[in-house]
Amino acid sequence: MRVNPRLTDTLVRHLLNMQAYFTVGILVIIVFIIFIKGISNCSLSFMLTYPEDMGRHGGVFPAIVGTIFLVALSILFATPLGLGTAIFLTEYTKESLLTTIIRFGVESLAGIPSIIYGLFGFIFFVIKLKMGWSLLAGALTMTIMILPTIIRTSEEAIKAVPKNLRIVSHSLGATKWETTVKVVLPSAAPGILTGIMLSIGRAVGETAAVIFTMGSSLRLPTSLMESGRTMAVHFYILAREGISMEKAYATALVLVMSILAINIFAYYMMNKVTAKYS
Amino acid sequence: MEAKILAHNLMVRFGAVEVLKGIDLEVYKNMITGFMGPAGSGKSTLISLVNRMIDFEDGVHIQGSLSIDGEDILSKSVDVVGLRRRVGTVFAVPLPLPRSIFENIAYGPRLKGITRRADLEDIVEESLKKAVLWEEVRDRLQVSALKLSGGQQQRLCLARTLALRPEIILLDEPCSGLDPISTAKIEEALNELKKDYTIILVSNNTKQIARATDFSAFFYMGALVEFGATEKIFTNPSVKQTEDYIQGKFG
Repeated sequence: MRVNPRLTDTLVRHLLNMQAYFTVGILVIIVFIIFIKGISNCSLSFMLTYPEDMGRHGGVFPAIVGTIFLVALSILFATPLGLGTAIFLTEYTKESLLTTIIRFGVESLAGIPSIIYGLFGFIFFVIKLKMGWSLLAGALTMTIMILPTIIRTSEEAIKAVPKNLRIVSHSLGATKWETTVKVVLPSAAPGILTGIMLSIGRAVGETAAVIFTMGSSLRLPTSLMESGRTMAVHFYILAREGISMEKAYATALVLVMSILAINIFAYYMMNKVTAKYS
Repeated sequence: MEAKILAHNLMVRFGAVEVLKGIDLEVYKNMITGFMGPAGSGKSTLISLVNRMIDFEDGVHIQGSLSIDGEDILSKSVDVVGLRRRVGTVFAVPLPLPRSIFENIAYGPRLKGITRRADLEDIVEESLKKAVLWEEVRDRLQVSALKLSGGQQQRLCLARTLALRPEIILLDEPCSGLDPISTAKIEEALNELKKDYTIILVSNNTKQIARATDFSAFFYMGALVEFGATEKIFTNPSVKQTEDYIQGKFG
């Protein structure tokens, strides 16, 4: 017997609504708890002062700087490399054994747990290339870790650009490169940006691989070859070693707020780009 | 009359399928030449040879010769990008680029290295006027081209092609999706344009070919069945097949 179609529709709609609210609800609860527990210790001076006594007192200024540098560097390294790979795979080569191998490699990279990246980075960058625990070693490790995300999302975004737009561009006397830069990439920009945002999230939140390669020095890193600490690592150490839960939550609050700020800024920028190319 | 495009024994195969079977054809300068014939007759393939858009297809085998102003355009050494600036194309579906009306038309000129704003503005205005679109969009050049109606978009595509200042304009069934009024506007524009350009109009609509062209070529199954002055083709065709097609007995 067929179930009443109107009843099914109503039921499904409510069910899907609930699922959506549930997902958002979890996010709200997490942010709420962090906010409640962290706000009392979080202030402008917390963000701008150095930690004292392992982080029991003082602020998180070096960790903020360390996070910004690590994330900025890894995005700076990974975006051109990943985007270039995606452009090569989609625009400049036909499906072949080579592209299959590259894609398989990318998929495999994506499936590796971050601790393995950490170990690799430690052995290769820190020891073998004698970088020591440093911002550079950390950023290079993060680069490899986020590459698959950037490649896959960029590739999907580029593939979604209608073939006709390319044909029109060529018919107007554009070369392949001009077509890629002026037509394909602007249309794919929102998708590419999503990949970059996901990557930023991953790099900001990473702890294991960072501790292995960048170390966890509390000093302010002043060069690429110095060790440093990210907010996520700082949070982990404060909480794991029972140094100060209050400071840990305050750090988490700064972390969450900065991710939020990056997201808002990125989507603002994206809207400016897409407004021009729509 | 001077031949602008010359095809000699032109043959094209896609894999094992023969799409063009030895075409000999002259397209005259400053004339509108109509290509008609049922689907699969090879007329669009012939067009895609002239602008070398056929390069984007796989498994194509070409024999014979095709030249513009006596210069072989099928040879490997041809500057394809330069060729496509001399041969403008308007496709069957209006395909505006996702950007403003102004930027759509300035796209080709910018690629040629024209960057001065005043120069670009002149080209945009001139091209839009020639495509009979200027009056409708002059106040909103910065609006997205995607916001225009289908008929306006197709005239925008024509203007965009004109902005390249080409010698030849290929129109591949440009009115297939348009209403009669938009179609009339395109035909009006073409009639003015032939003074300065050599135009090929591909159409499934025999009435349009009769109305808008000076010469007509009828293709069937990859062969050129008949070619001649449009008036003669439509009043006194030499081949029975042409007559049947024009009268709508098959198609």
